[in-house]
Amino acid sequence: MSALCVMAPGFLTTVQDLGRPGHAAAGVSASGAADPVALRIGNRLVGNGDEDAGLELTMVGGSFHFEADGVFALAGADTGARLGDRDVAPWRPCKAQAGETLVCGALRGVARAYLCVRGGVAVPLVFGSASTHLLTGLGGFEGRALRAGDRLLLGSPGKGATFDRAVDPSAIPGYRPGEPFRATEGPQASWFAPEAQAVFYDTRWRVAEACDRMGIRLSGPSIRPVEPRELATEGVLSGAIQVPPGGLPIVLFVEHQTTGGYPKIANVIAADLARLGGLRPRDTIRFEAISVSAARALLRAQEEAIDALFF
Amino acid sequence: MARLVHASDRALLVVFDDAITVAAGNDVRVLYEWLLNDPPAAIVDLHPAYATLLIRYDPLRCDPDALAREIEHRVGSLSVRPVRNGQLFEIPVRYGGSHGPDLAEVARATGLREDEVVAAHAGCVYDVRFVGFSPGFPYLAGLPERLHTPRRGAPRSHVPAGSVAIAGAQAGIYPVRSPGGWNVIGQTDFILFDSTRGSPATLAPGDRVRFLVAGIGS
Repeated sequence: MSALCVMAPGFLTTVQDLGRPGHAAAGVSASGAADPVALRIGNRLVGNGDEDAGLELTMVGGSFHFEADGVFALAGADTGARLGDRDVAPWRPCKAQAGETLVCGALRGVARAYLCVRGGVAVPLVFGSASTHLLTGLGGFEGRALRAGDRLLLGSPGKGATFDRAVDPSAIPGYRPGEPFRATEGPQASWFAPEAQAVFYDTRWRVAEACDRMGIRLSGPSIRPVEPRELATEGVLSGAIQVPPGGLPIVLFVEHQTTGGYPKIANVIAADLARLGGLRPRDTIRFEAISVSAARALLRAQEEAIDALFF
Repeated sequence: MARLVHASDRALLVVFDDAITVAAGNDVRVLYEWLLNDPPAAIVDLHPAYATLLIRYDPLRCDPDALAREIEHRVGSLSVRPVRNGQLFEIPVRYGGSHGPDLAEVARATGLREDEVVAAHAGCVYDVRFVGFSPGFPYLAGLPERLHTPRRGAPRSHVPAGSVAIAGAQAGIYPVRSPGGWNVIGQTDFILFDSTRGSPATLAPGDRVRFLVAGIGS
């Protein structure tokens, strides 16, 4: 098996695929790529399946040494990457020769980028998934973020061919930078008065420093339910926007705790989840109310646009 | 009467009651087991809790309104469904001292001696209502009322694995190291989660738990 060696790990680099949904009742959240759209496109560029595992780079990339000839693609943020003396742009397949090192720098524009290598990164699967769940040390490479000296085995390439050109994801619905995050009503939306809901949807929220794979804390005005009420702990999912007693919303993310006891005012729609993975501390964001059926139409349009990149 | 809400564009939430009641807990369990054993198409994940069942589905593979009707139909037919008989688990606990840093505070808040808190906590049988929060964490009902105490004012950022804890009317055990605000009164080596097993969580809704005193203090 050929391998990729981590020379420098960057700020926070983990093995991720599309996650392991189906184990919430055991207290395990799905984890998986924070920006699954980028991971899937990166995989398709190198002829992998959508579900193959790649490396998720956060804020600052790392350096990766190819032990054998390989094909890779970077997707998501531009990392200013270089392979030997060549610049490597994101969103296009590239060939690496045995002995070459890919050096990724600071991520530009968004918080995450993916390194996908033909054949995928091979780690033991936990409940059918290669994804790292950092908080609990489950899955991925020894359940942790990568370190210098780690040697990642690569899988054998499947039947898919490497794509022959670069793609431009900027027109994918739900994936355009700067758009508001569309949200459907949360299960406890009615706990909040129309005025409080108006504040929620009118505010340009600032992403707080506490912004990681578990959740994205927002700063801005406090919003409070009409009256303090106790919520019996219930199941929650990624994208749920819960409002703790302090009044500052938290968007639950891919490694969220599976239950919560705070009211949820809204829920980011499936088509906009990948863009949450791009958020960095101090970014500003806005939410926009949308119906469940409109959200589903957007998700269909997003899937069609991703497929259309590869016609 | 149960109600069904769209919790998001990819999840339905069945709310059997707004309060934590035994009847709602049983309904959650029956519907959960039914959907687990005979899932409608496109269901991705199920999360039972005290009085609700969260049903996550793939919106590209189903019509959410048709799925909602199917779930409503099943909610209306729960009384004819069987319930799995749970197992009784006995869990040894070292109480107090370094194993249970909040035992003294619980004793103070309840007006009991530490050994009385231990005797009360270990003197009853708990129902596993559901598993959630972190991998394998059981939410246990049945804590004697005289042990009901508020959460810690400031949550700990790291509660050690195996911590036996209480908060309000709830009892639980932290299977993995995690943040937490419950009062830790003891420690156990009992394995609650093993990712190499097909069913990784040891406990499931409907099981029962009795704590055994393996030691007090030090």
